[in-house]
Amino acid sequence: MTVINERESNPAAGDPDRPIGYGRIQRKEDPRFVRGKGNYIDDLVLPGMLHGAILRAPVAHARLVSIDTTNALSHPKVLAVITGKDLEGLKLAWAPTLSADVQAVLVTDKVRFQGQEVAFVVAEDRYAARDALELIDVEYDVLPPLVDARKALDADAPVIRDEIPGRTDNKIFDWEIGSAAETDAVFASADVVVSQEVVYPRVHPAPMETCGAVADFDPVDGKLTLYETTQAPHAHRTLFAIVAGIPEHKIRIVSPDIGGGFGNKVGIYPGYILAVVGSIVTGRPVKWVEDRSENLMSTSFARDYIMQGEIAATKDGKILALRTNVLADHGAFNATAQPTKNPAGFFSIFTGSYDLQAAYCKVTGVYTNKAPGGVAYACSFRVTEAVYLVERMVDVLARKLEMDPAELRLKNFIKPEQFPYANKTGWVYDSGNYEAAMRLSMELAGYEDLRREQQEKRAKGELMGIGVAFFTEVVGAGPRKHFNIVGLGMADGAELRVHPTGKAVVRLSVQSQGQGHETTFAQIVAEELGIPPENIDVVHGDTDQTPFGLGTYGSRSTPVSGGAVALVARKVREKAKLIAAAMLETRPEDLEWEKGRWFVKGDPTAGKTIEDIAMAAHGTLTLPEGVDGNLDAEVTYDPPNLTFPFGAYICVVDVDPGTGHVKVRRFIAVDDCGTRINPMIIEGQVHGGLTDGVGMALMEIIEFDADGNNLGGSFMDYLIPTAMEVPDWETGFTVTPSPHHPIGAKGIGESATVGSPPAIVNAVVDALAPFGVVHMDMPCTPARVWAAMQGRARPPV
Amino acid sequence: MQIPAPFDYVRATTVDNALELLTRHGPDSRIIAGGHSLLPMMKLRLARPEWLIDINDLYELDYILRDGGELRVGALTRHTTLLEADEIAELFPIVRDAEQVIADPVVRNRGTIGGSLCQADPAEDLSTVCHVLGAVAVVRGPAGERTLTMPEFHRGPYQTAVGQDELLCEVRFPIRPRTGSAYEKVERRAGDWAVGAAGAAVTLAEDGSIADAAVGLTALGLDQTVAGVAGLLRGKHPSEELFADAGRLAAEASDPVADQRGPVDYKRHLADELTRRVLRRACARAAQTAAQTQEG
Ligand SMILES: Cc1cc2nc3c(=O)[nH]c(=O)nc-3n(C[C@H](O)[C@H](O)[C@H](O)COP(=O)(O)OP(=O)(O)OC[C@H]3O[C@@H](n4cnc5c(N)ncnc54)[C@H](O)[C@@H]3O)c2cc1C
Repeated sequence: MTVINERESNPAAGDPDRPIGYGRIQRKEDPRFVRGKGNYIDDLVLPGMLHGAILRAPVAHARLVSIDTTNALSHPKVLAVITGKDLEGLKLAWAPTLSADVQAVLVTDKVRFQGQEVAFVVAEDRYAARDALELIDVEYDVLPPLVDARKALDADAPVIRDEIPGRTDNKIFDWEIGSAAETDAVFASADVVVSQEVVYPRVHPAPMETCGAVADFDPVDGKLTLYETTQAPHAHRTLFAIVAGIPEHKIRIVSPDIGGGFGNKVGIYPGYILAVVGSIVTGRPVKWVEDRSENLMSTSFARDYIMQGEIAATKDGKILALRTNVLADHGAFNATAQPTKNPAGFFSIFTGSYDLQAAYCKVTGVYTNKAPGGVAYACSFRVTEAVYLVERMVDVLARKLEMDPAELRLKNFIKPEQFPYANKTGWVYDSGNYEAAMRLSMELAGYEDLRREQQEKRAKGELMGIGVAFFTEVVGAGPRKHFNIVGLGMADGAELRVHPTGKAVVRLSVQSQGQGHETTFAQIVAEELGIPPENIDVVHGDTDQTPFGLGTYGSRSTPVSGGAVALVARKVREKAKLIAAAMLETRPEDLEWEKGRWFVKGDPTAGKTIEDIAMAAHGTLTLPEGVDGNLDAEVTYDPPNLTFPFGAYICVVDVDPGTGHVKVRRFIAVDDCGTRINPMIIEGQVHGGLTDGVGMALMEIIEFDADGNNLGGSFMDYLIPTAMEVPDWETGFTVTPSPHHPIGAKGIGESATVGSPPAIVNAVVDALAPFGVVHMDMPCTPARVWAAMQGRARPPV
Repeated sequence: MQIPAPFDYVRATTVDNALELLTRHGPDSRIIAGGHSLLPMMKLRLARPEWLIDINDLYELDYILRDGGELRVGALTRHTTLLEADEIAELFPIVRDAEQVIADPVVRNRGTIGGSLCQADPAEDLSTVCHVLGAVAVVRGPAGERTLTMPEFHRGPYQTAVGQDELLCEVRFPIRPRTGSAYEKVERRAGDWAVGAAGAAVTLAEDGSIADAAVGLTALGLDQTVAGVAGLLRGKHPSEELFADAGRLAAEASDPVADQRGPVDYKRHLADELTRRVLRRACARAAQTAAQTQEG
């Protein structure tokens, strides 16, 4: 266990600031970014490139009466206007979603959400394309919209998906897990039962870079090169082959630098398909890049779960069971990106970090007239919702029992010796030491002192809140027998080449959106082979250059591709051993490895460095049996289980009693992601996720008015946090390696986004305790906080 | 990238040239100053001027000048300049209070006082500031120059007395001794427009009682200062009860609309709460200034 700010580096590396392997090194990709030399989709210019723009529906629900494109086509710079009718002819009007549904590429029959794609203009430049949108005449017959998910199953609710034969309602699925009977029995005999409705509102990933594509279809050799903002290039290649009927070897997907994904860039959006159609139709490359409002209004949202939670416990605070009923708003098409057979993804981890006797959940998914999606917005496939639910429920219980929320958690944690731990909904948690993380977090926070300070402040009428949250993440999807996306298993490949001079290139199947892959993965190879990270190039994001794999989301890159990279490096190391034995004229089993070289056991001076071996592998040495030259290898890693990072977060807020304004004063985050590869990158991921959490807890929400108008369609309306709203993050860590992962790493990408919202909301609710508030829904804006205080007892002054 | 409708563009070289251009291009031409209100509207195609007349070269409109009993501020003075000017902070602390919470540094580096007042967005902060300070707007047009009080200048949301062929050139702030002022805003996030805000200016008499006072509200449905505040406070010594009475008056005068920033009852409450706060602070500052004057 180590505390804040201690610098860990790899002592074997000599210079602690330049570890050969794990440790703090600056990100290799940053010189490119800080000098403005990144290469994003919108930087790409191809000869003869045209520009596309999408006409979007102004209303949420309407029958499409007619589209007249005559005026737009007569614009001198317009080359094509594509409508749903045109796509119907190509059998491309509808495309499969990632959840066994279909989504309209362009409206053919009916508009189903405001901002839906209606037509696509291809023009000589972007200005002309945009201007021409105004020249398209569309007639709509407006229908009453369905906005409130709670009314989706009412008998008189408008049926949104009436194009599906036989469909008469808006239900997408009912899904349950856990034993209802067992859970009911535990609830029936429990001393204490509390229930609370907990809403996780619709939010948006809002990556800094919006989505876009450049499609380049070569009419001569029939090859499509598609540059795309995608987190999953290989999956997209296969999907494009299936959807567009282009042979897969004639498709190359390139995902260049990506300005943030957060799950927003997993799915295939109509814009990508339209760019491809535009290129095929015109025979020239077509660029399409959406603007901010298009991104916020039409691309995948996240969350939108209305959760009725119930928790049962003994009167001295032993939690016995959890039960929840969820209404999930999926918008107009079920386009949730998630890799399980369960339509609620990983929500079944709502049992959290506690040793329960029983648990049960039921989720009902419905259609509404809202944008589709439900993505892994830094949520590991709905772990965010699950953790938020359980962590709010535990706090509600603590209030009921008049127990300290930290103490209640400590009393109920799964104990270190219980791992691997099988929970009541089918997960097997790999490893954990929850109490240690919780206690460290409390120590760093000065928990007792904070509680004392709170007492003093309350006596003066000041509102200070301390929020505690503990989370168990489940990431690294996943074993291919259990996890797939549209039938593609979730293993990842890695290829490693060591050049004659001992410099290396490692090719990954995952794609970075800012996580620092070019550094982290070089460090994994460095740790295994002793080649300095600066001598290892990481290649990713181009399907013609990298092995197959499913991409980066759900915090899966280090758990899955990280495993692949460690294994491929070990494979090279074993190959190097054979070559070294030949060079040293000894038997492989007589060799011993130290970082960077093989040497003869008992004679450390007789050895060969990896550079020596690389040269020999490509040189004239007579190679030993089983080595056919070079020092390359490739593997595919199918993880045996998921990994379960965890963390203990404590948040301190001050609430202005007169205005309801919340100030996050302190935030202490203790994370355990197993083996730590680059602590600086880990902290960066944590800082980003915590900031994200502040956004969701305090300001982010996509709301709709009664007509289905999206009220979050710009950054003036959809607020994301700034440096002004966040405190100096205080981070700490414990290390509990994953027992089944090649290097024990568990993943860190989404931990902080998962863990921070409940910590902040718990703190706000704690601050409002003198008013009798036990729960409030996010976002805790000044107006909502003030409203929560109204009509309640005034705090004692 | 959001793309405005096609337009033509010309840079004015002098104030007279700007006025000529406005006349020449007529009703479809618009002045552009900082562009931080106009350009977003154009990108959303809510505004579609055919001509933009850029006044950013008119350095003669970018100044802060003390002239006898007045502080004269050129219409092209940027938010950042107002924020950073110590002289303004000393004379009119309300300006720095407000500027600290107007948008963010990027917007403040370009946005101007003239653009702010002419835009007259109901959530715009400087209009309230100018109202409570009793500022005067100097407007020039083909027929010459006119001077308007804020109540004359500011006609309501997005409406001012500035004609299509006119230019706001200057804002004049009367310097009053023994006066303090303050501004406070509630926002959902730094850089967001106000959920609600209030500004106050208070002048104290020799005996420490209130000689004059004004309270204005932002984004709370009141375009002018709160009527009756001066009458209520005049002759009385500052006290919490008095601030509470003024707060009630402000809440009654407010006429907010519900939106994503908050419901009506909350906003009305803010009118009350923030009025008390700014009066408290303005009185304290006035007392401090008065004490300094006595020492000096
Ligand atoms: C993200 C963001 C947040 C913001 N937040 C706030 C906030 O919290 N509080 C706040 O008060 N403001 C806020 N603003 C607005 C900002 O202060 C603008 O700068 C200001 O409203 C307009 O000033 P401008 O110089 O940019 O005007 P412009 O956009 O150039 O012009 C605005 C209007 O005024 C006219 N105009 C400009 N100058 C003159 C002149 N001299 N004579 C006649 N007409 C003229 C123009 O023709 C146009 O109609 C925000 C803006 C943005 C983009």
